[in-house]
Amino acid sequence: MPGKLKVKIVAGRHLPVMDRASDLTDAFVEVKFGNTTFKTDVYLKSLNPQWNSEWFKFEVDDEDLQDEPLQITVLDHDTYSANDAIGKVYIDIDPLLYSEAATVISGWFPIYDTIHGIRGEINVVVKVDLFNDLNRFRQSSCGVKFFCTTSIPKCYRAVIIHGFVEELVVNEDPEYQWIDRIRTPRASNEARQRLISLMSGELQRKIGLKVLEMRGNAVVGYLQCFDLEGESGLVVRAIGTACTLDKLSSPAAFLPACNSPSKEMKESPLAHPPSHGCRSTHNSPIHTATGSRLTQNFSVSVPTLIYTGMGSGSAGKEGGPFKALLRQQTQSALEQRGGSPHRFCRRREFPFFTLTAFPPGFLVHVGGVVSARSVKLLDRIHNPDEPETRDAWWAEIRQEIKSHAKALGCHAVVGYSESTSICEEVCILSASGTAAVLNPRFLQDGTVEGCLEQRIEENLPAGCGFCHIPYDELNMPFPAHLTYCYNCRKQKVPDVLFTTIDLPTDATVVGKGCLIQARLCRLKKKAQAEANATAISNLLPFMEYEVHTQLMNKLKLKGMNALFGLRIQITVGENMLMGLASATAVYLAALPMPGGIQIAGKTPSDGSYEQHISHMQKKISDTIAKNKELYEINPPEISEEIIGSPIPEPKQRSRLLRSQSESSDEVTELDLSHGKKDAFVLEIDDTDAMEDVHSLLTDVPPPSGFYSCNTEIMPGINNWTSEIQMFTSVRVIRLSSLNLTNQALNKNFNDLCENLLKSLYFKLRSMIPCCLCHVNFTVSLPEDELIQVTVTAVAITFDKNQALQTTKTHIEKSLQRASTDNEELLQFPLELCSDSLPSHPFPPAKEHLESARSNSGIPAAQRAVTVEKASPMGEGNFRNRSAPPCANSTVGVVKMTPLSFIPGAKITKYLGIINMFFIRETTSLREEGGVSGFLHAFIAEVFAMVRAHVAALGGNAVVSYIMKQCVFMENPNKNQAQCLINVSGDAVIFVRESELEVISTQQPTANCQQSCAGGEVTT
Amino acid sequence: MTSELDIFVGNTTLIDEEVYRLWLDGYSVSDAVALRVRAGILEQTGATAAVLQSDTMDHYRTFHMLERLLHAPPKLLHQLVFQIPPSRQALLIERYYAFDEAFVREVLGKKLSKGTKKDLDDISAKTGITLKSCRRQFDNFKRVFKVVEEMRGSLADNIQQHFLFSDRLARDYAAIVFFANNRFETAKKKLQYLSFGDFAFCAELMIQNWTLGAVGEAPSKPDSQVDDMDMDLDKEFLQDLKELKVLVADKDLLDLHKSLVCTALRGKLGVFSEMEANFKPPAPQNLSRGLVNVAAKLTHNKDVRDLFVDLVEKFVEPCRSDHWPLGDVRLFLNQYSVTVHSLDGFRHQALWDRYMDTLRGCLLRLYHD
Repeated sequence: MPGKLKVKIVAGRHLPVMDRASDLTDAFVEVKFGNTTFKTDVYLKSLNPQWNSEWFKFEVDDEDLQDEPLQITVLDHDTYSANDAIGKVYIDIDPLLYSEAATVISGWFPIYDTIHGIRGEINVVVKVDLFNDLNRFRQSSCGVKFFCTTSIPKCYRAVIIHGFVEELVVNEDPEYQWIDRIRTPRASNEARQRLISLMSGELQRKIGLKVLEMRGNAVVGYLQCFDLEGESGLVVRAIGTACTLDKLSSPAAFLPACNSPSKEMKESPLAHPPSHGCRSTHNSPIHTATGSRLTQNFSVSVPTLIYTGMGSGSAGKEGGPFKALLRQQTQSALEQRGGSPHRFCRRREFPFFTLTAFPPGFLVHVGGVVSARSVKLLDRIHNPDEPETRDAWWAEIRQEIKSHAKALGCHAVVGYSESTSICEEVCILSASGTAAVLNPRFLQDGTVEGCLEQRIEENLPAGCGFCHIPYDELNMPFPAHLTYCYNCRKQKVPDVLFTTIDLPTDATVVGKGCLIQARLCRLKKKAQAEANATAISNLLPFMEYEVHTQLMNKLKLKGMNALFGLRIQITVGENMLMGLASATAVYLAALPMPGGIQIAGKTPSDGSYEQHISHMQKKISDTIAKNKELYEINPPEISEEIIGSPIPEPKQRSRLLRSQSESSDEVTELDLSHGKKDAFVLEIDDTDAMEDVHSLLTDVPPPSGFYSCNTEIMPGINNWTSEIQMFTSVRVIRLSSLNLTNQALNKNFNDLCENLLKSLYFKLRSMIPCCLCHVNFTVSLPEDELIQVTVTAVAITFDKNQALQTTKTHIEKSLQRASTDNEELLQFPLELCSDSLPSHPFPPAKEHLESARSNSGIPAAQRAVTVEKASPMGEGNFRNRSAPPCANSTVGVVKMTPLSFIPGAKITKYLGIINMFFIRETTSLREEGGVSGFLHAFIAEVFAMVRAHVAALGGNAVVSYIMKQCVFMENPNKNQAQCLINVSGDAVIFVRESELEVISTQQPTANCQQSCAGGEVTT
Repeated sequence: MTSELDIFVGNTTLIDEEVYRLWLDGYSVSDAVALRVRAGILEQTGATAAVLQSDTMDHYRTFHMLERLLHAPPKLLHQLVFQIPPSRQALLIERYYAFDEAFVREVLGKKLSKGTKKDLDDISAKTGITLKSCRRQFDNFKRVFKVVEEMRGSLADNIQQHFLFSDRLARDYAAIVFFANNRFETAKKKLQYLSFGDFAFCAELMIQNWTLGAVGEAPSKPDSQVDDMDMDLDKEFLQDLKELKVLVADKDLLDLHKSLVCTALRGKLGVFSEMEANFKPPAPQNLSRGLVNVAAKLTHNKDVRDLFVDLVEKFVEPCRSDHWPLGDVRLFLNQYSVTVHSLDGFRHQALWDRYMDTLRGCLLRLYHD
């Protein structure tokens, strides 16, 4: 028996009145795990029952421990009829399964009902005793740590980054089972919640197994998604990056792990391990680029652009070179399709990394964005145990991504992510990432494949190395303008760079960055099945292209030259396709200064037209100038002699036209010595184009004091203060069906996004000066004429005075501080202080206050004791670091942020992953305040449940928080609505830096001895 | 393009004080938007009317959801759905239970019943306070009343404990509850010049001295019928007050009392002659007789209700018509109550002090224009 789960039900409070006669409730609790159920006594006539139950003990396999959620149901006892359910709490006990995370879950959990929402709270204590050796090979993977954070978590060091792990599991959706016709909505919702909870547990366990197989001990950048495929089933899939992590400043970190090649790698950093690529000749069923019929599903592979950011002349006339390029790539993708279904090969197959930020020196070069999409027809999943079809679909897409990366001379893809959009039986699968060359020192053998000829400069000049092109300039996969790097003058750089990753910490940036969005709608005819899929796949390349054009234009308009965190979402609806791209634009000092935008009219006959054109031109030029001032873009003037090339003719221009573009001459006669272009030409040949230019100018910059970006931090702002506000905003608009044209759609969509941003700025005005970070837009098309946009972001205040000093030295200083190496230095005083917390004679008044305020029902002191006891043996080194932040003034407050850090604070411990799925349904929509009232309350409840779980784990924040899904359906005629929300993040303990300093200065060496003595006693 | 759904949910619940005030004042969303526009918010922030509309709606929705919790403030502190910093929670509660002077003067001393609630339309029309706001204020009074009605112990403390009010607000509510319970008449025209503060001051003095809780008897007989010690006047005390009649009924006592007062105040009082005249038995504005008669009448519920009317009629108005300065009133009242101790034939010294100490405080507060 590998594990014992112990649960104690302490008390309830604020229960709803279940007995109208007495205005009271006779509540009892059922505790269920797997197939075992325990019950508490009935606590008669109280809305605040005190059960104080015995310890309910479940003896279970650790496989079950990983898969199953603990299910707690609160019921009202009824002597004569069936007991009424008040609500449920699902507790994921996974955080208790690895030693470094939480040791006890204890606290007040909201009692949740899918029909009524939160109905009171229940106090629960959960512990797990694991008996066995964790390293033995089994079906379970206890001990593997999971992180949503897409960088190496703050208190760890990456020993090896193994690479890509992925898995998916499928099942029938309970909502679509026959039994759903006869059961209540509540039962159906609960079946779904439970199933998804089970499936995510299983998925996580399976991924954990793969990680163990790779000899890793953690998954970083873990991203789990649900595909609600309706009739055809439910898919839960996850991707992540397997790593071997070491806790910082633990002695073990300095000993080379026996299976780690890091030591020898360090000695010969240039050595490339032999490639074990799966260039197999196995023949998988061939998908042609135009689509073919498979046994049960229709599939169309959509050729996609490589977003290198080589905006200028990237496309050819009538799609000539453009198409040819794509075809060639698709073909190469087909040729290379590994077709190997053997799992042991897979991890080597895809050198992908879901990370977006990297240890210093990891990222050598960045090629550009690679993306692939494919349109599929869904069919019922016949055998849930063999999810091969879905697996094959994704394998196909990943192959394509891989070949795109190869074409860019890159052996790896970083900042990798996958997504789907489903409408009826059509599904668009998308994947994107940034092609890159990585330093093999960090990688396990086998991951680095091909590109051996790739030069890797060890002594890269700081701040520009990653911009240098990884591909061969004479044999470029696409036309591009190259120049010598403006920073080091040694290597070639492109004129524009697009990436999906965060800005590397060592990058040199001029001025500040800003959020850029490209928004696009395309009408499509309603069609069925294959015709529909074909229509969609025909539209996709054009959408991609236009999104790219818009991004490029907006980038130029901002006077910047690089995009980070690029995320392009294509959403499919009944009668339209929506494209939304978000990215953070910056001016990289290493890249050339972008040229302006020139407008050219096609018919220069009309005088007034000419005048109009020149008027527009002036407006655009003014906007660029204004933006440069706004974002403080004033790169140092570089005398051309240093570069050693003549200034090119000013009339030499690249041309980029909308939808129908001609390949410019420069493509062939690339000015490699110096590709500086002074302008970028927009040709206005029809009203559409006019519209586009107008829309360029309608994007209003945020009000003064506000900045926004979709990356972790805003380039150019370093002095964050501690106030943060995470929020979710949802808007749904109904389109009038009368005048649905592409233009009207575009305008509506554009207005929707712009108004939403404006509202955010207004709402958060009290935080000025502040920056909206990690702005994440999601578009969905729930019905014919409805567009839903969901935004999650965090507003962080910063110190205006200090932030204005954007001198280079300042940046560098702060960057150094951020680098992991230096963190180790910081770690020492931290260790000291957290050690001393429990033993230190803290002001007793404060402790009293704490215990009085803690809602857990257990006094703080006692709680601390239970924590100690439950911590596994031999953890002496780690345990002391888990000192609860009792000195924290913000007791009870749980911060949430989509970022991986908390400004002005230090994360001292990761407690485990939070991954929750909720369904809420109502049949009294009007009474609950309409759709807005319903969803507002539901999202607030979801936040509350996340916070409660984090607090119960002993944490005070969630980092890398993400709302992955918010599916909202309404039927106002029936007065009904339903919503599904899926959120995840990492529960952590953080300590304010100011408090750290105070404590560390207060603690002389005497305390060190004290704590050392304490450590001996406890171990 | 119409907005079907538009929400903003922060991890920390955003509270806009300005919008909260508008909501409390009972304005509809559109009125609130118009008022905000008039306040110049669009110019200050560069926002559009649509943004303002959406923002106002959002806040109103939040307040609506919070209202249920505000009805039992401790719930607001323990709930998990809205993460609100403690200082903001206090602000939400304090503002929600705040009331308008004009409104409270209308309902002070009235029974907090459905009947009164029906009159809220009239009050709203009369005071210019929106009906919605009147309802909230009335319901607040009633809610606090219901909760503390049956409780033992200090009224203000009970209120503070169950509603987490500030000291000031808890004392105001204690006065409101006390007045509602004893149904003191405050609406008469004669009393219109008095502010809520005047009544609250008197209520506090009366709670301190004239109620059962004031005597401190309760612990000795814990299972007595009287649970709401701070809310009800001490019936025995009121009965005993009849004994004071001797001060005006017994001619000797009256004369002695008069001469003692006059001797002590001669030369110190600007209005000495008027004062002296007032002691004469047939004088219509006999102050002493008035004060003692008020005491003697308090055995009847009806007369208890008219306490303030009587005080104003029997004391405040006569003094005012003779243009007594406040200082003289104070001197007189002090001397008047102190000299009773020198009346050897008077046996009810303690009773007199309990009555007169409170009354003196009340009268001084009530004596103004």
